[in-house]
Amino acid sequence: MVSAATLRNILLTPRGGLSALVLATVIAAAVFAPFVAPYAYDIQSLRNANLDPSWSNWMGTDEFGRDLFSRIIYGARTSLTVAITAISISVAVGMSLGAAAGYFGGAFDKAVTAVVDLTWSFPEILIALMLIAIIGPGLNSTMIAIAIAYLAQFTRLTRAQIMSLKNETYVEATANLGAGHAHIIFRHLLPNALTPVIVAGMLATGDAIILEATLGFFGLGAQPPTPSWGAMMSSGTAQIFIAPWIIIFPGLAIAVTVIAINLFGDAVIEALDIRNRLRDV
Amino acid sequence: MLVFLIKRLVLLIPVFVVVSVIIFMIIHLVPGDPIDNIVQIGSSPEQKAELVAKYGLDRPLLVQYAIWFGKTLGGDLGEAIILRQPVSALIAQNLPHSLILGSLALAFSTIVGIAAGALAAIFKDSWIDRTVMTVILLGSTVPSFWLGLLMILLFAVQLGWFPVSGARTWSALALPVLTIGLGGVALVARVTRVAMMDIARRDFVMMLHAKGVPGWRIQLQHVLRHAMLPVVTILSLRIGWILGGAVTIEYVFARPGLGSLLITSLNQRDYPVVQGCLLMLAIAVMLGTLLGDLVQAAMDPRVRERST
Repeated sequence: MVSAATLRNILLTPRGGLSALVLATVIAAAVFAPFVAPYAYDIQSLRNANLDPSWSNWMGTDEFGRDLFSRIIYGARTSLTVAITAISISVAVGMSLGAAAGYFGGAFDKAVTAVVDLTWSFPEILIALMLIAIIGPGLNSTMIAIAIAYLAQFTRLTRAQIMSLKNETYVEATANLGAGHAHIIFRHLLPNALTPVIVAGMLATGDAIILEATLGFFGLGAQPPTPSWGAMMSSGTAQIFIAPWIIIFPGLAIAVTVIAINLFGDAVIEALDIRNRLRDV
Repeated sequence: MLVFLIKRLVLLIPVFVVVSVIIFMIIHLVPGDPIDNIVQIGSSPEQKAELVAKYGLDRPLLVQYAIWFGKTLGGDLGEAIILRQPVSALIAQNLPHSLILGSLALAFSTIVGIAAGALAAIFKDSWIDRTVMTVILLGSTVPSFWLGLLMILLFAVQLGWFPVSGARTWSALALPVLTIGLGGVALVARVTRVAMMDIARRDFVMMLHAKGVPGWRIQLQHVLRHAMLPVVTILSLRIGWILGGAVTIEYVFARPGLGSLLITSLNQRDYPVVQGCLLMLAIAVMLGTLLGDLVQAAMDPRVRERST
């Protein structure tokens, strides 16, 4: 779907290249966290609590004397794992629902559209809180809540793509040649609908990182001592007068990651010229 | 217009029923027996049975739902387990704070967003445009609760201009409104900017230029006016999103309100309060969306006709 030449074009623009570099750094830090982080994320040392940023603790320490930089690197693991897993589930389920609804139409389409419209006007955070109320707090619940909160978006987008593709002449021709529904959907419709959905999924991953952090900040996501950017800031609010860096750096990590995802997504959209296909969803 | 309003209201009924079923089910779907969340440790089986009977948990689910729904419509949302007050009283105390914050944030987002978007479109590719675009990028990507914390750090802790938290004075509203507003401003400004640039290319604008109408008049009287339609559309779609922002920000600024109440109750597993708050927030989102639809219909006859 993205040729090597297109990819090179994206990476050669200042926006695309820089954001890709930032994203690669964040992902590498998350994957190789034990090798990159100078300290373990859970070693407490109350004597070193709330230390200013210094040469030995680049971002200072938190209220338990844990190295903030190390915790942010491990926190990238939590944030990225939750966001990417949740959005992947959401994209997979949303594509299946949207493709089936758009292709077959009828009562199934009506039912799917009704549910999607119902959730569409509700903000993701409210849907997530409603689900957390049912399944209880924790990292797995956060993942499920995020996956369901974004489901409507991918269902809607896939459905719209399939609806506009299924009346194309080539699809009609394939059907006349005797191709079955499965063949048409999987070989002809989905591959053509894939690009916008993947790009939308990438942009949603940025939103999912924020949603995960928000739930973590509320104390409903990752439970201690698991490092999570949102939960770190939540414990930092009590130290806001003496150790503001506990709030500043995790938030900066989120902001930099999400901005990079958005800029890279924008570069991809422009390179593939698919802005129109992402409209109205 | 009245027909439109009635139709939209009727459409909301099934939505309300579905939402109420989900919220009702919370107490039955949470891990563990709901009664175990209510009884004190060491209660005798008799006390437990008494509570089961009191809350009607021995009856069929559908009957329980019907009773709960009936009571809810009558304004009886049950009793808070931890706060030991009627849930309706708790909501009555907190709702005004959320309403003020939500509507101020909405007004701020709309007014500042339209102004910023219009300036960016009129002075396209200038430093004004670039500044607005940067604010848009930051507003739509920086987590709002972090922004709120930074504002507290800068304006309340360092400069001491505003109170750190609470809702005792009007000035305590400034930072929360700004925080929620920035996300809304980003959204509204982006749509305004794109819509105005799109409309500025239309034939009738060219015609106005040809007639010699001054540029600023074309922009303000014609282009901006036509650009309002997509702005109202996106606002009516995303009104709940701004209200959702209020939920988060109340908690950050430790303001009383439905959002703070909901999150505190979720952490304490005070399920009757959770149910009450979620129901009120859902109603707020539905009414907000309805309001957006009505404004849209009032502005654009095509919207009215499409649904009749």
